[in-house]
Amino acid sequence: MNETAKFEPKRDIRVDWQLIAEIVAPESRVLDVGCDDGQLLAHLTETKNVDGRGLELSQQGVNICVSNGLSVVQGNADTDLIYYPDDSFDYAILSKTLQTTHQPHVVLQQLLRIGRRAIVSFPNFAYWRCRSYLALKGRMPMTNSLDVPWYETPNIHFCTLRDFTALCAHLDVHIEKSVILDASGKVMSQSHDSAFANFFGIDCIFILSRKS
Amino acid sequence: MSASSPGSDSHSVLLGTETPLQLDCGVTLGAIRMAYCTYGSLNADKSNAILICHALTGDQFAASRQPLTGKDGWWDLMIGPGKILDTDKYFIVCSNVLGGCMGTTGPSETDPKTGKPYGLNFPIITIGDMVRAQVLLQDYLGIESWFSVIGGSMGGMQTLQWAAAYPERVFSAIPIACAARHSAQNIAFHEVGRQAVMADPNWQGGDYYASGRKPTSGLAVARMAAHITYLSEAALHRKFGRNLQDRENLTYGFDADFQVESYLRYQGINFVDRFDANSYLYITRAMDYFDLFTDNNGNLASAFEGTKTRFCVVSFSSDWLFPTSENKQIVHALITAAANVSFVEVETDKGHDAFLLDTPEMLKTIDGFLQSSARSRGLVS
Repeated sequence: MNETAKFEPKRDIRVDWQLIAEIVAPESRVLDVGCDDGQLLAHLTETKNVDGRGLELSQQGVNICVSNGLSVVQGNADTDLIYYPDDSFDYAILSKTLQTTHQPHVVLQQLLRIGRRAIVSFPNFAYWRCRSYLALKGRMPMTNSLDVPWYETPNIHFCTLRDFTALCAHLDVHIEKSVILDASGKVMSQSHDSAFANFFGIDCIFILSRKS
Repeated sequence: MSASSPGSDSHSVLLGTETPLQLDCGVTLGAIRMAYCTYGSLNADKSNAILICHALTGDQFAASRQPLTGKDGWWDLMIGPGKILDTDKYFIVCSNVLGGCMGTTGPSETDPKTGKPYGLNFPIITIGDMVRAQVLLQDYLGIESWFSVIGGSMGGMQTLQWAAAYPERVFSAIPIACAARHSAQNIAFHEVGRQAVMADPNWQGGDYYASGRKPTSGLAVARMAAHITYLSEAALHRKFGRNLQDRENLTYGFDADFQVESYLRYQGINFVDRFDANSYLYITRAMDYFDLFTDNNGNLASAFEGTKTRFCVVSFSSDWLFPTSENKQIVHALITAAANVSFVEVETDKGHDAFLLDTPEMLKTIDGFLQSSARSRGLVS
């Protein structure tokens, strides 16, 4: 009974997580929205000694997190972020979760209210394989990273790199930094304006802050 | 020492002899007797003590044989060597609540003013009063802060009250299947139970102790009604369905034809042997009065403002007595107060009583939370 399922971090953690971990300052307060089974939180706690909290929709994910000693609350990014006070975290992280929310723009604004900075990663739907899949096959794209058919995917609000930067402009959000990854997980661009990046980039990571 | 050895862990102490207990109702209660059980041993810096708060009809015998029923402790599966509440690591304390009937001062105990049992002369008590009495016990034991305060149902209410009123005395808190205020529906069920007791002619205005007649039928009905609220429709169906009790056919009478009837009657009859009817009235009233919202001018978050206590809230999907939505109100308030909080809704069809049962996801959650809390408390090398 006393045997907790011991946490086993994967040897190769996701590339966007590695980059997020490089960005996050040691000892900072971090909220991971959509933290899944807590691997990023555990990694940040271990390597950066952060004071980490999580919000996760799935009971299974939350159970794994809490039984591994992480402070995680079962809840929904669309409805539960309103309870967090202003400026209560140094970083509010949303890794590959934006496209699963009902109101991505509202979630983004909440992140920037709660966190002094928001770190957001998402898959770029303008990635050339998605474009060619749709153009040539005439069907909703399925790629290595988007491997769930349209009727089962939790991803209900896909966007492209350009869509996202346009939303940031619309919401008057300051883009501090952006990192675009290619299919091999390498950093291919740090320019979010590049049409090249919007075509060949598969994943995007943004560090955002309020303008005023 | 086995946690189950009867009697050896059971203690009783007179508290508040110098500073009497000031109750919410305005009455001052002189010295009170508190009956409690302990398991494991207190470490040198007294940092490993855990307070278990029992539910409405629970008692201090969390992990020892109940002297009246002879049954194992109500949380035997949690407490003991190598268990989640590991008595090799922690010093576990469980006290009978104020107003109870297992040795702590309550309506069935003798009123020093009259030399007779209090009966309805016992003052109305609140969850806050129960916790005030437990604070006296904490001071008596020389414990500055509990490593953890844990409780389900009314025990969860006490846990919240501890964390809200005495944050510096609580390092971590695990409120399970509870709410920050008692709902209208729950007050309604309690009223049904109380009316059943008071409608029993043997209740005699609460002054039944000397008569040799106790309101057992009223109390049994109260227990039967309450017991339904501790289960779920799915659990009742799974356990009993429409199965008949020791018979092939309906009897066309009012015998317990159905297993579920027989089960409830059994629950009712057994309960009256170990519980005092007046205690039932007083303790249900204390739960009804519990309202941390109103205590904080409608803003629950302010109850936990600036708290350093770590929280782990657990609810059960099929609990309709203290549903997840009410547990989430606590969680939202804690988040707003920037508290360190974890929250899990455990998927189960066992209803409210799931916290007393072998519910693996609950056990894993509490285990993980306690282990990480022990690391931040410095209890683990």
